Amino acid sequence: MANHQPTSGNPRVDIEYRRKKNKEEMKHQVTSFSLMIFLTLIAFFAVGYGYSHWFIAPFIILLAVIQVIFQLYYFMHMSHKGHEAPSLFLYSGVTVGAITVLAFSTIIWW
Amino acid sequence: MSTLAQKKGFGATLWDYLTTVDHKKIAILYLIAGGFFFLVGGLEAMVIRIQLAIPNNDFVSAGFYNEVLTMHGTTMIFLAAMPLVFAFMNAVMPLQIGARDVAFPFVNALGFWLFFFGGVFLNMSWFLGGAPDAGWTSYASLALESPTNGIDFYALGLQISGAGTLMGGINFLVTIINMRAPGMTYMRMPMFTWSTFVTSALILFAFPPLTVGLFLMIFDRMFGSNFFDASAGGNTIIWEHLFWIFGHPEVYILILPAFGIFSEIFAIFSRKRLFGYSSMVFATVLIGFLGFMVWAHHMFTTGLGPIANAIFAVATMAIGVPTGIKIFNWLFTMWGGSITFTTPMLYAIAFIPSFVMGGVTGIMVASAAADYQFHDTYFVVAHFHYVIVGGVVFAILAGTHLYWPKMFGTMLNEFLGKITFWLFLIGFHLTFFIQHFLGVWGMPRRIFTFLPDQGFETSNMVSTIGAFFMAVAVIVMLINVIMTSIKNERVGNDPWGDGRTLEWSIPSPPPFYNFKQLPLVRGLDAYWIEKMDGKKGMTPAEPLGDIHMPNSSFVPVVISFGLFVAAFGAVGIGDKEAYGIPVLVIGFLITFGSMFFRSVKDDHGFHIHKEDLMNDDDKGGKA
Repeated sequence: MANHQPTSGNPRVDIEYRRKKNKEEMKHQVTSFSLMIFLTLIAFFAVGYGYSHWFIAPFIILLAVIQVIFQLYYFMHMSHKGHEAPSLFLYSGVTVGAITVLAFSTIIWW
Repeated sequence: MSTLAQKKGFGATLWDYLTTVDHKKIAILYLIAGGFFFLVGGLEAMVIRIQLAIPNNDFVSAGFYNEVLTMHGTTMIFLAAMPLVFAFMNAVMPLQIGARDVAFPFVNALGFWLFFFGGVFLNMSWFLGGAPDAGWTSYASLALESPTNGIDFYALGLQISGAGTLMGGINFLVTIINMRAPGMTYMRMPMFTWSTFVTSALILFAFPPLTVGLFLMIFDRMFGSNFFDASAGGNTIIWEHLFWIFGHPEVYILILPAFGIFSEIFAIFSRKRLFGYSSMVFATVLIGFLGFMVWAHHMFTTGLGPIANAIFAVATMAIGVPTGIKIFNWLFTMWGGSITFTTPMLYAIAFIPSFVMGGVTGIMVASAAADYQFHDTYFVVAHFHYVIVGGVVFAILAGTHLYWPKMFGTMLNEFLGKITFWLFLIGFHLTFFIQHFLGVWGMPRRIFTFLPDQGFETSNMVSTIGAFFMAVAVIVMLINVIMTSIKNERVGNDPWGDGRTLEWSIPSPPPFYNFKQLPLVRGLDAYWIEKMDGKKGMTPAEPLGDIHMPNSSFVPVVISFGLFVAAFGAVGIGDKEAYGIPVLVIGFLITFGSMFFRSVKDDHGFHIHKEDLMNDDDKGGKA
């Protein structure tokens, strides 16, 4: 939303501000991108090194969750304004899903 | 320029409704289809009550009784109550927020046709070997053993109509988030719009578990998997959990719009703003939230263990608190108001004690220890009929009277309406009050007959007599509808005289673009505020301009019909018939072919030009 390039000759568009914003944005994206690659490497390393299954599975899932959050917030712009409703529904959905998994794993299978 | 004033042949009208993407016409389709299934479900209820009127009755056989009982529950919940609620949401919600249509008109039509074909498919089972017979909950241990194709029809039919409902819910959410008129903040939205919003969110989160459960059931029944088959390493309890993770929010999906309709009625006919509006919003959201935390109270006797039972029992009782807030707010809305006892208001007033009775028995069955006594007896049957009939059906009947003029431009007869009300109220309590006692005396639910001299005879006869009262009430209502339609006395914008929200500021029925100019909303009960300032209508928020409208389309019918065909193929595959796979493929080809057609063909809609809008100013079409 905030990412529209300055178009036409609208004098009210503060190009300097936009430029600064975009630069920051770019910095965040590069940082999170390198972090994501780093996390992926760790995941491969964890599997390759041959730790116990009880460690690897939850650990990789944790890394995956972090990656999803990076993806949503930095690449799909959820960190910007105007995404309150989508985040509300995303988190509600996650909550419902988590409760389901919790219930299944506590009172059905174990 | 009213579209209704033009003379049209039957064929043209039919084509108009088959291709419409207008939310008001889709509302009428939902009303007709839902009303039809309501009559079918009612007929099934009458068969149940006739069979149980006297001991050792042989009006129907045991097997057929199971089918009728299953189809009564399934039809009433999925094919009658939900679409009727959707009818009012479609008819009223866009008008209440000052929108010209829902966000995705095409998807809206698709949602209706999916529901319709799913419902028709489910009922085809009657003619093709036997209806489902494992109860509306279709517990897997029963359902997997059912010898006929009934359960297959159940799973596939609900899958199709469930997809339609999910689409409808998402559509309403996007509409409410994005398409509110200027000035219509969240906390200025009418209560019915709020309940539509929360209901749609519940649909969004509750239907996926059902979809998963139904797919597992379809695979188990038709394609040889063993998700629920304990002898093959599956677990039959998984179905129960998936079903109730959906099923409990589902009952709130039904009751919240009912609360919304009653909130509108209490405010309109008490001539007061709704008492405690913000606490009403809070309570609605809280009920929606808690609705996801309580599903296991349907399964106390499954053997979850005392800890799980205790948690779910306490969570269930907590829902009594926001519901109580609502009850008190409605009472305080009436307090000191200038009450007129119109038909909708009578339903609303009768709803409070009826629903509270259902709530009190709800607390009783929520106590896990006591539930071991109540479980699977008529006490539970009495409880959920008190909340669903006393809450949802009363609201649907009240809403029919309240919104009939807005949907059709003519008022239902008040005298006949009140006759319907009294017959229905008396019949309802006669039928279900005694069933509390039957349950406590030990009559199990879902039995096709009972023996004499067990003390059940008189009570069951009373219950059956009550059911006939309700049947007569519905017939009177049908007569009312037919008489009103024939007389067709046109009414103006605000036929009840005390309309408070935006829908009453535009003609009845509204022009197909709803608002010529989007209205400026200055507070809660926007139209009432303008009235109190001595104005005749809403202040426009924009200059008169071209209005962009979507084109009609026949594609939703074709997409839905494709799935209808494919479902027959799936049943055939389950039966190892040769036609199974070809029919399934043809069905999917129809569906995906028409979806492809829709995707590649550009349809930009059309504009109503400013000049055309200016011509009919004198006909009262102003925003």
